[in-house]
Amino acid sequence: MTTPTMAIKKTPKSTSTVQRARSRVLRSPLFGSTTALILAVIIFTVISPRFIAPGNISLILQQSVVIGILAVAQTLIILTAGIDLSIGAIAVMGTIVMAQVAGAHGPIVAMALTLVVCVVLGTLNGVLVTLLRLPPFIVTLGTFTAIAAATRLLAGSETFQVDGALMTFLGNTVSIGSFRTTYGVIAMFVVYIVCGFALTQTAWGRHVYAVGGNPAAATLSGVKTNRTILSVYVISGIIAMIAAWAALGRIPNADPNAYQNANLETITAVVIGGTSLFGGRGGVLGTLIGTLIVGVLRNGLTLAGVDSLYQNIATGVLVIVAVAVDQFLRGRTSR
Amino acid sequence: MNRRLSQRLLVAAAAFASTAVLFGATGCSADNAGGGGGGGSSDQVTIGLITKTDSNPYFVNMREAAQKAADAKGAKLVALAGAFDGDNEGQVSAIENLVSQGVDGILITPNSSSGILSAIKDARDQGVLVIALDTATDPADAVDATFATDNFAAGVAQGTWVKSSLDGKTPKVLLLDGTPGGTVDTLRHQGFIKGMGLTEDSPEILGKADTHGDQTKAQTAMENLLERAPDANAVYTINEPAAAGGFAAIKAAGKADQIVIGSIDGSCTGVENVKKGIIGATVMQFPGKMATSGVDAIVAYAKDGTKPKSGFNDTGSELITDHPVDGLESKDTAWGAENCWG
Repeated sequence: MTTPTMAIKKTPKSTSTVQRARSRVLRSPLFGSTTALILAVIIFTVISPRFIAPGNISLILQQSVVIGILAVAQTLIILTAGIDLSIGAIAVMGTIVMAQVAGAHGPIVAMALTLVVCVVLGTLNGVLVTLLRLPPFIVTLGTFTAIAAATRLLAGSETFQVDGALMTFLGNTVSIGSFRTTYGVIAMFVVYIVCGFALTQTAWGRHVYAVGGNPAAATLSGVKTNRTILSVYVISGIIAMIAAWAALGRIPNADPNAYQNANLETITAVVIGGTSLFGGRGGVLGTLIGTLIVGVLRNGLTLAGVDSLYQNIATGVLVIVAVAVDQFLRGRTSR
Repeated sequence: MNRRLSQRLLVAAAAFASTAVLFGATGCSADNAGGGGGGGSSDQVTIGLITKTDSNPYFVNMREAAQKAADAKGAKLVALAGAFDGDNEGQVSAIENLVSQGVDGILITPNSSSGILSAIKDARDQGVLVIALDTATDPADAVDATFATDNFAAGVAQGTWVKSSLDGKTPKVLLLDGTPGGTVDTLRHQGFIKGMGLTEDSPEILGKADTHGDQTKAQTAMENLLERAPDANAVYTINEPAAAGGFAAIKAAGKADQIVIGSIDGSCTGVENVKKGIIGATVMQFPGKMATSGVDAIVAYAKDGTKPKSGFNDTGSELITDHPVDGLESKDTAWGAENCWG
């Protein structure tokens, strides 16, 4: 990513390799979040012997799938200095469309139509942001409200049971060696790998960072700013569809009232993962770690027998601590 | 360079320390709440309680009653909750985490009567006794037993009282419903309509709105409904906050004397509102009884494998009003104030 080059540029040539490696680690935007995750895992392992059991680790991953996938879309959008308050609502709309259509026209049509609906909604956000030059926060606040209501209308305020092997496929368990997990978990990792690769190894990825970091400079150096931003919103629609599919794998019921906090939970994961809300800095690896921190915290504190209210306090405090550490380290390294 | 590095290390160390303190602090409170040590839980009965949300006074009362019953039996209670009404994912995660923790039984007020069934099945397959509180699952035998209010009967009681209180006038009914699709909401709604002697498409029903049991939303909804049906004389409310919100709108419109309000819940605020004449009558539920019965059942199961009576166990309800009507059993607000929750 961008960090290694930065570290090498700033490190005096005389320092030893060890020192250079150490400063590179310390300057990494992932430093704070990775350490917090490791620390949390160590503490919970000490508190409860059940925590580190393979079954429990698998559980944490399964519980992270839907938010984890959506958080990738959120990361892409935040990297362009945007924000998407509607991403969870788009996914919920996706689950309703998928469940309704699957009942009437079979799974293949359902998947295709859901993809179309999610991409259209994502593109709508993108068009409003780029062509009309409206602030993403306002655009997606509006589309969130409208999409959530449209979802309830579409569902007739009912919950739909989902049938069909393909619809719930991502909920099926799979064994990797002795480790049992679900296809949804694998799908999540695939989404992270594909998007991580695209961000770090392609021209498109560099454009996304450039557009978020300094749009004026990006435009001057020939990046088609609007097209890049629009592409990110289109991709977020595709990712929302995958998340909808994963959600049906996890709970085979499409409920128009579900995932009301998904938008905020994805932002939480992105922020803990060290991606700057001002755009241009960060990445999906951090978001994965951020998602896992939240999952580990919720699972670990339950295992430790902690009341849910204390869990929310702990999550909230950790968000602030993680961001504070990250901000401090950033302030010292990059400016 | 070295100084800056060590400064940075210091900051990082400070942050970790504060995180550690945070974990330490929550760990302590867990021990206080649980009563016993975290480690040796094999001999102590552990009970998980999962409510729909953790802020609603109804569920707070349920949690407190469960804690009291657990303490009395020397059992440990872990209370969890969804983040909002309809948070199936949150409840499924809570079930999984409790099973992972090795609880003996789980008491749950399901957000969705069918959305969390596979998680419940997994829990039961691992020998965990699962009891539904307040809201039945669909199908009902997805859990080992249900301890709940007969919400249809509660709705019938509300409807019958409202109808009788109209003194033979033609009913002009407005409905402040709860959450669309909710089992409890649907049962109460249907019960009320039956108690009124009406059907879903009777012309006497002049309007309805979803309030999600929220006072503010109910007030807005009632303001709008009164614009449409200014001569309404009877109001159904899904719960007492909705009744309070509805009354605020009715009073502002100067129609307090013209409209009879019925409700369900039995919170202390609700009973107080019945006493003040804001609500004509309310049907009291007993969340504490549900929780206590549930805890007792799980402790009995953990001790010797005794299972509770399967299916629906009615925890009862009482009509509370200071204006009793003939042929309908009711208690006054003095009795209500002694037995209310919240």
